Amino acid sequence: MDREPDAPDPDEEPEQQTEEHPAQESHDADPLLQELVAHLRENRTELREEWARRISEADLLGVMSDEEIFSEATEVFDNYVDALETGSIENLQTYARELSERIIPRGVETHEVLGIVLLLRDILARELFAKYQRDSEHLNRILDAYEPAANRIAVTVGVSFVEERERVINEQQEAIRDLSTPVLQIRERLLILPIIGVLDSQRARQLTQQLLAAIRDNRAAVVVIDITGVATIDRTVANHLVQAVEASRLMGASTILTGLSPEVTQALVDLDVDLSMMQTVGDLQGGLEEAERLAGYRGAGATDATRRAET
Amino acid sequence: MSVAILREGDYLIAAILSDLTDKEVLELRGELTELVGRYRSRGLVIDVSALDVIDSFVARALRAIVLTVRLRGAQTVIVGIQPDVAIALVQFRLNLGPLRVALDLDAARTLLDQLTEGEAEDGR
Repeated sequence: MDREPDAPDPDEEPEQQTEEHPAQESHDADPLLQELVAHLRENRTELREEWARRISEADLLGVMSDEEIFSEATEVFDNYVDALETGSIENLQTYARELSERIIPRGVETHEVLGIVLLLRDILARELFAKYQRDSEHLNRILDAYEPAANRIAVTVGVSFVEERERVINEQQEAIRDLSTPVLQIRERLLILPIIGVLDSQRARQLTQQLLAAIRDNRAAVVVIDITGVATIDRTVANHLVQAVEASRLMGASTILTGLSPEVTQALVDLDVDLSMMQTVGDLQGGLEEAERLAGYRGAGATDATRRAET
Repeated sequence: MSVAILREGDYLIAAILSDLTDKEVLELRGELTELVGRYRSRGLVIDVSALDVIDSFVARALRAIVLTVRLRGAQTVIVGIQPDVAIALVQFRLNLGPLRVALDLDAARTLLDQLTEGEAEDGR
């Protein structure tokens, strides 16, 4: 563990302290921060091990192995100390985002991330107590410098993690939205539209548009909308469905609604939605049979049959 | 004139070629009523596929044409309502109750054949 590339750090300690003084005159706290950064670097190995041990003890990051925790802890520690030293959180922000990108897919929770960052903050604070306990004056000033910086870092890491999570969630939502409304042609002029999941206004609008475009492109005569996969329905969604059916009718296609679950049917009746325009059939199979009958009846089949009968 | 009116057998086909002013809409209504009587048409097809917008005035006029022409003995089928137009019509809840619609001319013919067949048998 001691073959760390940072090993020469302790030697730099005195230089740093003295060198930084003139440049940092505007901030009283900075020399103190430098002192404390140097101290933390000096004890890097023990602090890191202590931290990794505490993480395991607290059952945080259960999805990661001890080795992984240790190597991530090393990086977080270095970035943490760097951020303390420079006061710039940009690098840390970038790192935190990358870290989040790596660990979110593995199911790491927000409380775990916040937990480990706060754990590190406390460990470092304890270390400072231990070192300066004889000089409470100095300790106070060190803590004055340390606490705001440490808190800012904790906030940065937490926010980066949450932002990354939200980004992932948004991406997934978009992907689901794009995937979720396929309009499929199963026979000449016969489309099915299986709806699965939650219908919100935006999705319903998009669904209507896709449906109408598909009706035009495939010259569809009959559309079967199957809502077996829709668990609940409210007034807004019901109205969207009615609108989709109405608009399809204006395009010249009949619509058959199938797969209404007992809950959905009861909700529709309780909501008093005007379903007089809707033709409903119990299940998708029945709906398809009915659709074929309709398409056949309305298409060339029926008229040909009657003509043949006449001649 | 931005409406082409063609006669095809027992049917009359009115293809609206571009957006109509309100005045033209009223003229169209008068002309179609007149022509249906003159040609003794049994069916009328109105093609609106060139229209990007159907406002309430046009919608009401279409409805009026359907009702008037029916009194003159012809059934009407509207064809070619564009997806966006369909959505708009539904959202503004325009009363299109008596309108019969079809996707294209083929479908309109089939529908008219069905509609007028029964009539012809009843009437003669």
